[in-house]
Amino acid sequence: MFNFKHEWVETNIGLLLVLTMLAISIGGLVEIAPLFFIKDTVEKVDGVRPYTPLELRGRDIFQREGCYLCHSQMIRPFRDEALRYGHYSLAAESQYDHPFQWGSKRTGPDLARVGKKYSNEWHVAHLVSPRSMVPQSVMPNYPWLLSTELDISDITDRMKALRLVGVPYSLNQDEYDANVKKFGKETADMLNIADARKNLIAQAQQGNYDGDRSSISEMDALVAYLQVLGTMVDFRKYDDDEFVKYR
Amino acid sequence: MAATMVSGTEQYNFEIVKKFSIMAVVWGLVGMSVGVYIASELAWPIMNMDIPYITFGRLRPVHTSAVIFGFGGSALFATSYYIVQRTCQARLISDGMAIFTFWGWQAAIALGGISYMLGYTQSREYAEMEWPIDILIEVVWVTYLALFVGTVMRRKQPHIYVANWFFLSFILATALLHTFNNLAVPISLFSMKSYSLFSGTQDAMTQWWYGHNAVGFFLTAAFLGMMYYFVPKQAGRPIFSYRLSIVHFWALSFLYMWVGAHHLHWTALPDWTSTLAATFSIMLLLPSWGGMINGIMTLSGAWDKLRTDPIMRFLIVALSFYGMSTFEGPLMALKDVNALSHYTDWTVGHVHSGALGWVAMVSFGSLYHMIPKLWNTKIWSQKLIEIHFWFATIGVLLYITAMWISGITQGLMWRAFDQFGNLQYSFVESVAAMHPFYAMRAIGGMFFVTGMSMMFINVMMTIRQGKREAAKLHAASHGKMADMASA
Repeated sequence: MFNFKHEWVETNIGLLLVLTMLAISIGGLVEIAPLFFIKDTVEKVDGVRPYTPLELRGRDIFQREGCYLCHSQMIRPFRDEALRYGHYSLAAESQYDHPFQWGSKRTGPDLARVGKKYSNEWHVAHLVSPRSMVPQSVMPNYPWLLSTELDISDITDRMKALRLVGVPYSLNQDEYDANVKKFGKETADMLNIADARKNLIAQAQQGNYDGDRSSISEMDALVAYLQVLGTMVDFRKYDDDEFVKYR
Repeated sequence: MAATMVSGTEQYNFEIVKKFSIMAVVWGLVGMSVGVYIASELAWPIMNMDIPYITFGRLRPVHTSAVIFGFGGSALFATSYYIVQRTCQARLISDGMAIFTFWGWQAAIALGGISYMLGYTQSREYAEMEWPIDILIEVVWVTYLALFVGTVMRRKQPHIYVANWFFLSFILATALLHTFNNLAVPISLFSMKSYSLFSGTQDAMTQWWYGHNAVGFFLTAAFLGMMYYFVPKQAGRPIFSYRLSIVHFWALSFLYMWVGAHHLHWTALPDWTSTLAATFSIMLLLPSWGGMINGIMTLSGAWDKLRTDPIMRFLIVALSFYGMSTFEGPLMALKDVNALSHYTDWTVGHVHSGALGWVAMVSFGSLYHMIPKLWNTKIWSQKLIEIHFWFATIGVLLYITAMWISGITQGLMWRAFDQFGNLQYSFVESVAAMHPFYAMRAIGGMFFVTGMSMMFINVMMTIRQGKREAAKLHAASHGKMADMASA
């Protein structure tokens, strides 16, 4: 009979190291690794696309200012959240989010579907001075977003890095063609890295997010990002219980 | 005679322990003060002052990094280096490696704090540091592991003391977590900015696997290591149950790694993962309480020390908070409770009952025990420890009570319906309702920081006193030798 004594572990640093490593490795392996292989983890759904260059820069600013610390982007499948925020969030909707921005705290409201709910003017006024729009708000003022010109010098580097981690921004004709097939020509053009700067300027000019066409501010980018959040999937196309089967 | 005296002081590397101890106190003061400041920003938003560098969003990681890694980390480096040397009766294998871990670690915390204020962040909670700092931490950590294991290998007796198992588990787990959670691609070699390797659901799971185990190993297993040395030492009694320490060590190390996904209940993470995490969270109650019971029962037969010894009081109250928050944790990991508590201040209160009540208090007790020994003197003011204890306790209680009330209020307001089935409250009404509790939380924090300042003064005065006594002794022994020479 094999007679195990804990004393062996206590007197042998090698054994202690190996067994501890084993004990702490199993949980993560069992829970994380399958998420990359089980296909149902991310739902099949139309409409979700990578961010345009301008939206991407807006997302960078969202991260920089630590917005995720007070605003979640993950609506849970409850009646009150459906009424307050809209359809519960799908895994598919953050499939191009490197890193994810689900958040963990709602000092302010969830932003997963804030897109198109308020006007650009409202967002600008609110970001510059939240209490001018919502008197009880405890959000900081962000006046510098309006006065700081958006840095677009490294936009292609940013997109290339994201392409490396799997976001389908295109660098060559094959990738571009695949994007046309997957997202349609208009979106595929926006995802082409070579045209990034041109596309970014065009979107900012056309969208006029900060109300000032003369220059592109950080506000332009952030509002463009906020206005696209949660708007990519058209839920009218799907049955009510379509996404339940993925859960 | 002279020869034995020299070897007595040189037997261990206490220089490194001293350095980390001082920095633990310094980072504690800095990190907790920033905490009070950002708590005040939430109560009185004018304090953001329209300055980008000090808004809540940028300062919050400065607070968490300074307290977890600056204060907690330095306290752990200090105590683990102290404990491993004393329990193995061996000097750290390399002074150079030790000093490298010191400067490397301090640089990482300082650079991290500055970079957050400038807007560089991975936006991964408790792992906000960008890639160059992550690499520095990785190198420091591997050095720490080698130094620790190497020193254990030099031990004078066959057994490895239980505190060292916990430190080892903490060092290994932290290496694993840090490595996988920080996988990212920088946008260029000369830019701080990077994008994480994973996205969406997988990224969220990786982050909270890290996030909760930062709590499980950095803030729990390691501090249990601290507990397993300083509680028996201060009580002057052996550990209550050796068998219990074995069982709860392995159970804790194994179970913790499964529970991270309870931060993602009801999200787009598949149900199987979060259900598994909830199940393991319930099981985790057992080893957690095993540790608490083992610590508290060590005092059996010496309960009177709670009345007379403020250091003992810090240690035992820390264990009580540990027991309380490891009961609250599994409760909050239940899906139905989590549906209410998630996204609210209840979570923040829970974290702080663990961080202030358990981690900070056990560190205070341990540092108060260790620092006079390091400088070969007595504590400057026993009375001040006593007062510190009460400030700390009142601070924690104010803090967590405020967060319980505000958290449950938020949760209930968000899900309240009126008689027509509409939402009863707009979101901002819940924000307005929080104001008194945010103020109360800030005041609780002020109490805690005030206590921390007392500790800072007490430690500095103790060191000064120790140095003076050493100088006097030095002068006296020189005088004596001169006498002997002339005689």
